Parts: sequence; structure tokens; C-alpha cells
Amino acid sequence: MTVGTQWVLDWARRSAAVLSQHRTELGDLDRAIGDGDHGENMDRGFTAVMAKLDDVPQDATPSDVLRLIATTLISSVGGAAGPLYGTAYLRASESVADRDRLDSSAIAGLFAAATEGIVQRGKALPGEKTMVDAWTLAVEAALQSAARDEQPVQLLASAADAAEAAAAATEPLVARKGRASYLGERAIGHRDPGAQSTALILRAAADAAVATADD
Amino acid sequence: MTDAEQTTHDRVAVVIVSHSAQIAAGTAALARQMAPNVALEEAGGTDEDQLGTSFDLVSKAIERALRGSSAVVLCDIGSAVLTAETAIDLMSERDRVRVRIADAPIVEGAIAAAVAAQTGQSLDGVVEAAEAARPASPRGSRTSATGGPVPVTSDADADRYVRRATLTNADGLHARPAAEFVRLAATFPVKVMINGKDAKSLLGIMSLGLMRGATVEISAEPDGATAVDALAELIESGFAGKETR
Repeated sequence: MTVGTQWVLDWARRSAAVLSQHRTELGDLDRAIGDGDHGENMDRGFTAVMAKLDDVPQDATPSDVLRLIATTLISSVGGAAGPLYGTAYLRASESVADRDRLDSSAIAGLFAAATEGIVQRGKALPGEKTMVDAWTLAVEAALQSAARDEQPVQLLASAADAAEAAAAATEPLVARKGRASYLGERAIGHRDPGAQSTALILRAAADAAVATADD
Repeated sequence: MTDAEQTTHDRVAVVIVSHSAQIAAGTAALARQMAPNVALEEAGGTDEDQLGTSFDLVSKAIERALRGSSAVVLCDIGSAVLTAETAIDLMSERDRVRVRIADAPIVEGAIAAAVAAQTGQSLDGVVEAAEAARPASPRGSRTSATGGPVPVTSDADADRYVRRATLTNADGLHARPAAEFVRLAATFPVKVMINGKDAKSLLGIMSLGLMRGATVEISAEPDGATAVDALAELIESGFAGKETR
């Protein structure tokens, strides 16, 4: 079983829908320990992505679409999330260059490349109460799933589960990177908004696989 | 090369990236006062003129700066750095090698970078000047770790050329006079020290906190005697007619 360009397109559409739906929740999380614009910024970014998806040519590869998402997010999200997610999609695009279909190991590789991009850009490590917490645990789950020879649908569900658990696990942490790091212990008890948006986006990836695998 | 021989185009340009348009504009204005011939490009706030950072504004400011030879970027918190890094990553190889982000506080770093650029220093030199602003905050470095005053270090080796001079201008060796001092020091190819600090380091000098009436000790190896004399005379003249417009 594999996924292809339709998976990436559906993933982006589902991300846009879920981020729009959770816009207020993400904003509230960010207002508690940041500057409050994360919900609005992500919604604006994926709305801009949606507007471009209609023009994607028939023969576009997964890599082409991921690159389009990357450049659109970089110039429309703003804040730290724009460069971070933009870099993630850019590295993801590079990792699957010239492939039409993605199997489990290619998807795990795509997430690993995205995470590497985020770590490189934001210089945050796991445990510092950032989106890196969600991405790294998702990659770990994806790699383990691929090693068990599981199918993409299963792999993506495991990655989404791991990201959701990781987002919840940021609540008791003190932030070491990002705006929340200025708050010290006052950040304890609040979920990191970047980890939460990551969990939403990775759940959208899993749902898109169910809808489009071997499309 | 003196200021007059170099055009703004030849000098390293300074890009200021802030979450706030007012901070970017204010920082640029401060730096411009001390470095009138340096291109200062601002990227502050979002496309909608709110607090935040805009990839497009940052990219365009760096592109404008790179009409000259090279550029250094100073950023405020968090996403300003991330956005600038991403903008640079997406540039052509040819542009990418001509721009550097300085790891320095935005105001102090921008001023130090602009003054170094004004004196015609290379991109490396300008970045170094900006980053020297990092540990040596003016307030922090006036006292040593134990809280006592910083001793005037031993510039006065037997074979060094040393001159003492008393500050007579109203502001002491702060801001613009300090910039004037650094600009003159940079015209000499020798290492000159003032009260233990590099005479070419704006922040080093400002960190001395020298007020009117203070006596300074300027020194260099014997081949730097001309530089020491010129700098001592600048101080004794009270920077008369020499301050930047």
C-alpha cells in the first residue's frame, strides 16, 4: 500500500479545515504563554495554501505539492511558525523528490526530514516545550511502525497518536525556547501551541491516508 | 580607505529586523546618526503593520541591502531570527554568501555594526563588531565579576607608546564621540588600546563609561605612536567640529 499526490493534497485540505476549526483554541493556548497569534497565523497560512491547490497541475508529484505548501506557508504564516513549518515542508519535499508513490519507509523518512528541518531552524531540542516535542515522538513512532512493516495508514495513525500524546505532555514543562521561555515556571500547566498544531496537522495526515491510500 | 573614498554602495549594509516597525525605525535612526554613509534597511512588523515578522518584508529588506557589497542582519527576539535565516536560505548562492546574521542585541549590535561599516570594515569585521556588543553590555562590564571596579589593565609596558588625555566634551566618551573615536582609530593599521579596551571596539569603549573629566590612557606598540597621538588629540580637542553631523 502506498500514498501519492492525492494524499498530500488531501492532507493539506484537511489541515486547512482542522486549523480553521481550532483557530480559537490555538490562539488561546498561545495567548497564555506567547503572543496569541498562532491560531490566526496558521489559519491564514493554510487558507493561502488552499487557494493555490486548485492550480496544481495533474502530473504534480508529492514533492511538488509539498514544496508549494512550504513556500506558501513561509510567506503567509508569519511569526516563528512560518519559517518552522515552511522549513519542515521544504525538507519533506526534498526527501521524496522524484517519487510518485510513497511507502511506509518513505513517509517515515519524510517526517524525519521535516523534523530535522525544524530542529535546525529553531534550534530546540525535545523536552523544551515546543513543536519539536510532537514532531520527534511522531517520527519515532513512524520509524518503529515502518520497521514493523506496517502500512502507511497504520504508520500515520501511530505518528498522529504520538504527536497528540507529546502535545499533552508539554503541559507540565518549563519552556526553554520560544516566547514562552521568557515566562519561566509560569509556563507550567499550559500546552505548547506549536506542539498542538503539529498534532492537528499529523492527525490530518493520518485521516488523509485513510481516504486516499492507493488512490 | 577613508570615508570619503568609499561610497555607501561599497560599505557593508545593515538590516534591522524587529517585531515592531517603531523599534526597527528607531534603531535605524540611532545607527544612522553615527554612520551617515551606511545603508540601513528596516523590516519591522507584519504586512498589516501589526507586531510580528513578515517573510516578505524581511526578504525585501535584505535584497535592498544586497544592492551593495554585502550585508549584516540584526534581529530582535525569536521569529525575527528564524525569518531572516529562512529568507537567506532561500536566496541564490551568490547572494547567500554576502549576508550574515549577527548574534547580538538589536540596538547595541546595529549601532556597533553601522559604525564598523562606516569605517569601511569587511563583512567579517562588521559582524565581529556587532557580536562584541553581546557580552559587554555597557552596564554589566563596568564592574568585574566580584563587583569591584575593573582595573585599568597594564597597557603601560615599558616599550609601549603611551599618552594620557582628559575628556573635556560634555558627553564624555559616549555614543557619538565614541563612534568618532573608533572611526579615527580604524584608519590606522595598528592595535591601539584605550584603558585596556580595543580602540576600534565601539561597545568596548562605551562600556568604559568615561564621563567628562575622566583621564584616559591610550597606548600602542611603538609603531603606533602616530595613531596614539591622533587619538589623544581628538579627545583633548573635545571632539571640536569632528562629531558626526
